Amino acid sequence: MRKYLARRAMYAAITLIGVSVTIFIIMRVLPGDPLVAILGVEGHARMTLADRERIMADLGLSAPLPVQYVHWLRDIASGQLGKSFFRGETVAQQILHRGPISAEIAILSLFVSWLVGLPVGILSAFKPNSIPDGVARALSVLFIAIPGFWLGMLIVLALLFWFGYKSPLVIVHLWEDPWQNFQIVVGPAMVLGLAQGAYIARMSRSCLLEVIGDDFVRTARAKGLGEGLVVMRHALPNALLPVITISGVLLGFVLGGSVAVEQAFGVPGLGRAMVAAVIERDIIVVQNLVLLYAVIFVVVNILVDISYAWLDPRIRYG
Amino acid sequence: MSTITTAGVPATGAGRTSLLRAVATEVVRFTRRNTLAAIGGFVGAFIIFVALAAPLLAPRDPLKADFRRMNRPPDAQSLLGTDQVGRDTLSRVIYGARTSLFVAFSAVILGTTVGSLWGVACGYLRGRFDLYSQRLMEIMQAFPDLILAMAISMAIGTGLQAVIFAIAITRIPFGGRVIRSVALSVREMPYVEAGRANGGSALRIMIFHVLPQCIAPYLVLATTHLGVAIVIEAALGFLGVGVPPPTPTWGNMLADSITALVPPWWLAFFPGLAITITVLAFNLLGDGIRDTLDPRLSPAFLRMMAGGRRS
Repeated sequence: MRKYLARRAMYAAITLIGVSVTIFIIMRVLPGDPLVAILGVEGHARMTLADRERIMADLGLSAPLPVQYVHWLRDIASGQLGKSFFRGETVAQQILHRGPISAEIAILSLFVSWLVGLPVGILSAFKPNSIPDGVARALSVLFIAIPGFWLGMLIVLALLFWFGYKSPLVIVHLWEDPWQNFQIVVGPAMVLGLAQGAYIARMSRSCLLEVIGDDFVRTARAKGLGEGLVVMRHALPNALLPVITISGVLLGFVLGGSVAVEQAFGVPGLGRAMVAAVIERDIIVVQNLVLLYAVIFVVVNILVDISYAWLDPRIRYG
Repeated sequence: MSTITTAGVPATGAGRTSLLRAVATEVVRFTRRNTLAAIGGFVGAFIIFVALAAPLLAPRDPLKADFRRMNRPPDAQSLLGTDQVGRDTLSRVIYGARTSLFVAFSAVILGTTVGSLWGVACGYLRGRFDLYSQRLMEIMQAFPDLILAMAISMAIGTGLQAVIFAIAITRIPFGGRVIRSVALSVREMPYVEAGRANGGSALRIMIFHVLPQCIAPYLVLATTHLGVAIVIEAALGFLGVGVPPPTPTWGNMLADSITALVPPWWLAFFPGLAITITVLAFNLLGDGIRDTLDPRLSPAFLRMMAGGRRS
């Protein structure tokens, strides 16, 4: 087990280094001159050569690329993550300020997805091809197809139209005013949670149906257990592993999707910061935020893998 | 590889009519066995038709502003209403289908093809090339799709090609992974061995013996990823980093609608409905094609594979 953990951690470290190099390359090599990106073609043309060089040096963009990369790693190690071109704050400050809101949304949506998806999946698997099963499957297909940001827009519009209600637009942290904070995060969390819940319902249904055909389930039935006990005590624990995996995979969907959903709800989270930075072409902010998203995604999926060993003693890691 | 049972190919020389008939019977059989997927297919075909025939179908010029008719709710003159500068929403939704489908199809075909060829090479050649390629694909998959697409389209500029390219890159590892596993199993088959024994070069065997076996999974992959690509395109447009305005795309229309203080409901509703119906249609079709062509790509099988590798 310890050996397995060490190997996984090493692979993850390699992946993350690769990820950082990839982002760095995307941000520096592809666009040509970053100054054009920051100032626009016209603004760039209006400046003198000396000005350009001075600004590039100020931004730390005139050093050779490998040196810039090392500087970035140093910024990461120092915990500051570099400075925004346009705002006076470091990326770390931005993350600390806006991150909690986005994290709350992601975690709350995870709860929603399990609370909605799992019971629906179990209900479906209890009586496959019945009417409730049909309704549940139709709904899950529908929620997989609906873009979250559109659903979010419709919810915001409906609340505004019928109740004249608008959720707060400023950042209110959980520890400042829990009720205000809840109003901010509940909408995006529901939208993202329902979409994930649709996948979870689908997955738990098909896994349960597979397991229910197994011998040990037949044995449980044969010894006279009620159907409820058979499913909840015997079948369910064995069907849950793939559902946990898909939940980890879906995190990628939540991280990406939350960017658009935050925009739809007007939530001032990390996703909005990402969109603003992309539109302003704030290279330093974008590269750090993309790295953050990737790190979260990779680390969570490793945790999911490791949780396998805890949950399923049959799995041994060499 | 007995899974490729598309009986749509009749004996040669039988003529055109019998080919048509064979295709027709196959469609009827598919419809009967998989009604939902067939409905998805017909709706998808209809949307493709709308996209192709946009200039004939659209009642008005999608770019022409009409300041006498701004912000009109749906009425007889403009069935889905008009936007803040008086452009006809129905025409814009119809033309939006053009852009969205063009971007999605190009991106999926490009990404899945590159990924599949890469996957064939990985699975067949194995060794060090495979090892490094796998690490590279892992790195590509470490980014959430939309985030990677945003970063790439920011780097190479927002234009139609940039968006296609950005979405295509996010599709590469999916094609690579699945096709690699197919190639891994195909390379052990006797006929491939026979090809090697006959002195065929690696390239020749990959092209003539391994690649044909990848067509079915390729089709399945491509259809299932169409929906994802459409959503990513719409999200990019919605976030203002997609195909630049005034080109009508569904995402751009949604982005336009929320610039108003109180967005008119028809501007927010219809483009999103178009996205949802399109994605739904292609997802249903994709599921059906998967069940028919390649049961190995069903969730149950993939789970088994994952479990097999882990234990």
